[in-house]
Amino acid sequence: MVEATIFALASGAGRAAVALLRLSGSGTAGVVAALAGGLPPPRRASLRRLRDPRTAELLDQALVLWFPGPASYTGEDSAELHLHGGPAVIAGVAEALVSAGARPAEPGEFTRRAFLNGRMDLTAAEGIADLVAAETVAQRRQALRQAEGALATLYGGWTARLTALLARQEAFIEFEDEDLPTGLDDAVALGSAALRAEIAAHLADAGRGERLREGLLVAILGAPNAGKSSLLNALAGREAAIVSARAGTTRDVVEVRLDLAGVPVTLADTAGLREAADEIEAEGVRRACRRAEEADLVIAVFAADQAPDGATLAWVTHAALVLANKLDLAPAPTAIGGVVPLGISVRTGAGLDALRIRLAEEAGARAGLAAEATLTRPRHRAALTEAAGWLAELDTASLPELRAEALRAALRAIGRITGRVGVEAVLDAVFGEFCIGK
Amino acid sequence: MFDAIFDVVVVGGGHAGCEAAAAAARCGACTLLLTHRLDTLGEMSCNPAIGGVGKGHLVREVDALDGLMGRAADAAGIHFKLLNRSKGPAVRGPRAQADRKLYRQAVQALLRATEGLSLEADAAEDLVLGDNGRVAGVVTASGRRIGAGAVVITTGTFLRGMIHIGETRIPAGRVGEAPSVGLADTLRRLGLPLARLKTGTPPRLDGRTIDWAALEAQPGDDPPEPLSWMTERITNRQVACALTATTPATHDLIRANLHLTAVYSGRIEGVGPRYCPSIEDKVVRFADRQRHQIFLEPEGLDDDTVYPNGISTSLPEAAQAALIASIPGLGRARIVRPGYAIEYDHVDPRALTPTLEVRAAPGLFLAGQINGTTGYEEAAAQGLMAGLNAVCCAEGAVPDRVLTRSEAYAGVLVDDLVLQGVTEPYRMLTARSEFRLALRADNAGLRLTEKGVAWGVVGAERARAHRTYAATLADALARARAEGGSPVWYLGAGVPINQDGRWRSALDALALPALTADTADRLFPWLRDLPARVRAELEAQALYAPYLERQAAELCVLEREERLAIPAATDFTAIPGLSTEMRHRLTKASPTTLGSAGRVPGVTPAALVALAVHLRRTEARFT
Repeated sequence: MVEATIFALASGAGRAAVALLRLSGSGTAGVVAALAGGLPPPRRASLRRLRDPRTAELLDQALVLWFPGPASYTGEDSAELHLHGGPAVIAGVAEALVSAGARPAEPGEFTRRAFLNGRMDLTAAEGIADLVAAETVAQRRQALRQAEGALATLYGGWTARLTALLARQEAFIEFEDEDLPTGLDDAVALGSAALRAEIAAHLADAGRGERLREGLLVAILGAPNAGKSSLLNALAGREAAIVSARAGTTRDVVEVRLDLAGVPVTLADTAGLREAADEIEAEGVRRACRRAEEADLVIAVFAADQAPDGATLAWVTHAALVLANKLDLAPAPTAIGGVVPLGISVRTGAGLDALRIRLAEEAGARAGLAAEATLTRPRHRAALTEAAGWLAELDTASLPELRAEALRAALRAIGRITGRVGVEAVLDAVFGEFCIGK
Repeated sequence: MFDAIFDVVVVGGGHAGCEAAAAAARCGACTLLLTHRLDTLGEMSCNPAIGGVGKGHLVREVDALDGLMGRAADAAGIHFKLLNRSKGPAVRGPRAQADRKLYRQAVQALLRATEGLSLEADAAEDLVLGDNGRVAGVVTASGRRIGAGAVVITTGTFLRGMIHIGETRIPAGRVGEAPSVGLADTLRRLGLPLARLKTGTPPRLDGRTIDWAALEAQPGDDPPEPLSWMTERITNRQVACALTATTPATHDLIRANLHLTAVYSGRIEGVGPRYCPSIEDKVVRFADRQRHQIFLEPEGLDDDTVYPNGISTSLPEAAQAALIASIPGLGRARIVRPGYAIEYDHVDPRALTPTLEVRAAPGLFLAGQINGTTGYEEAAAQGLMAGLNAVCCAEGAVPDRVLTRSEAYAGVLVDDLVLQGVTEPYRMLTARSEFRLALRADNAGLRLTEKGVAWGVVGAERARAHRTYAATLADALARARAEGGSPVWYLGAGVPINQDGRWRSALDALALPALTADTADRLFPWLRDLPARVRAELEAQALYAPYLERQAAELCVLEREERLAIPAATDFTAIPGLSTEMRHRLTKASPTTLGSAGRVPGVTPAALVALAVHLRRTEARFT
């Protein structure tokens, strides 16, 4: 059975200078030849006229690239058609492709084929999936790095070390009367402790990678009429929240998505914190507090011309960003709740640039691109946490076979990210390292 | 027309053949064992030891199904050792060195005492194929046609066997015995995939010419621990082994003669076992080692032959003599018989079903070294399973005697073979089991004997003994779970324990490292009255309980996947979403369940998902 030939628009939909159509499958050569009147030389961009195979009507003049499998993205025969952008051209070529025997790809089908053909491992495939969905430049960069295998390399390295440790433990169990080096057991314990520390450090990145993928939540809190909604609109660059001089205008949580230095941020404007006048507003205040508890960063907004209110002061910690708004009405106090506030005026725009820089720093500190591979998936985190847990158990295990169980379980846990490590790999390591056999 | 008709015919009288024939006969099948020579039935063709870590587990499993190996080893054992005594019970492996002649005699006596079993000295030269490709019997060298409901072939290394000693090549199965050429052709004609493996054996020494006084003596355990659960006590006189080692001079000598060996001159193509390398391999691969240890193992009580364990070699005879002379204590030792390497054909076991039946030839079963394994124990376990399934077949039923990976090493062994195939002679290791803590050598009876009774392969005597034991154990376990005390109570009795207020049963307490046997006896005096085996079982269960409980979840997943059967007619090339490579791998291994598909090497999680989806879809269509 042969794989159907599929195609998909690899560039974004809509009007653009160039549109990229990608094909993959065993019939690619025939489909391309049907439209381009022949197959160009492999892996060379060639300018070709594309014609509808049914009517010989000219569809477009395009760059055609032909990648014979298996040295292609999907591992199958594949091709790229660089068309002139524009919905009509794309639709015309797509129709022609279908008439030549190809079909539109299902979402993720290219990646799935690449994965099934062993062109990438699971982390790489997930990276590709993220790449497609990347909202921002920085997300795309991280997704790219994962696709290139930074995580695969890191986890692969740990897997190899775990395998080696298990091999030693197994050799110690299996070949008692062989001339094994002494201290194998201790070496395993030491190696395991070192590995556990590394995994723990990786886990302790406070979820930077995950946040970059999911985005940060920033909650704006403050007394009614402190200028929270105005601030949100100023930062969003549009009127997302209704602003009025009346206190208590915002009764529910209003959220906007921002790109702060490459980090996707959800900015949440909340109801002003005060004794609510009615039940609806009271619920709004409750929601505001809940959102603030979930938030990665709280912006506490005070009006410079008012005394700080107690409800907002309760949220002032060293981790919160404290603002004194309405600089145009009064100077900023030197300290609010022991923290030096950043003075701004949403009305005049004073201090807003400084605020944007500050926010970008804060976002970067919580979710920025780390130099090393970062955790991007809760799935990875869970697996690594489990592995570290098993390695911790190894320290207290009283017998070699129990230590081996802990190592096996740790290896299985990491194997859920990188792929299963079979017993043969462990035995290879045993017989590679030790001279065994009577 | 047949000259004779049996339910089951077993070809080959090694460890696999003897267990297969005896098991079939115990099940009530009228069984014939055909072998070249009756006096070599039960021969130990390599080292005179049975058991060890992993292998000892297999022996206990064969024994739990009332097989021969454990009982024969106990009758012939002259040096017993429980390996890994300092480690936990799951990885302790009983091992016995046997008097070679006594072992043969014991096996032959057990076979002769087996009702319904005939032994004949004749070679099987060909198979008789019935209609629809079923195997219907064998043709012997003497020209007789013998009909059979099922045939088990256990010809070991006899298939196109070729012995190499230096540059000399001798076609043979074992030294002095002819290889089976006719059967190899028959198997080839059946389209069975054959491949070549090699193994080796060291030179044998004259014990009277060894300077024992210069060497470190290695006594066995006292008292010796029997291999068979039915053996009360070992009655043979026990002997000591001795330990010596190669020297740098030995290594120089080997390097100088390397070009004369069959392997290093390229005359051998077969792959040898990594865990049983020749001394040439050891010297080449681990060049920085100054010494390799050698165990000198007496082959019998009234036999002066000594087996120098650790120096398997295919050097020319003259070089072997020099090699021996360079070893401390062996300066004047005389070689009785030179060591050699042997190359042989084996069948790719992926051509077999999990019952060890040849997929392409119903009614034909293969067991032992012919399936690419090494070792007496691996052969015996397969022989027993093949014998059981041959009986099913002879009775006209569908063979279904399969042990799972979670219930026996024998299950791990067969599953590994038929699913993964072999790249080197396969040896059992406890590392191969993912349920190592549950598969202890000392609980083989609890795991398997009842099953064996149901299969009809376990005799009345063992069944009775087992049930008495199981009942005593059940009582003791119930009591150990019911009795116990608070942390304060344990502390008062001198057991340092976490003061968490949690009540702990006697079974919980037995897992505490701080609880000595004496204290346990004081707290629960009835423990003292338990038979030693029952007490040991309690302690082992207590020790591993927390781990086994956690493993239960995994076991559950495994069992669920094992229940999702892949129909025999499944065409893996027609399953959507599988890559060409996955299709190839799955077709080659022909897994019978989703669980086993997951164990096929190189099969990706994505492929399993595709397969699972396909199975669910087909299931839905038919139900």
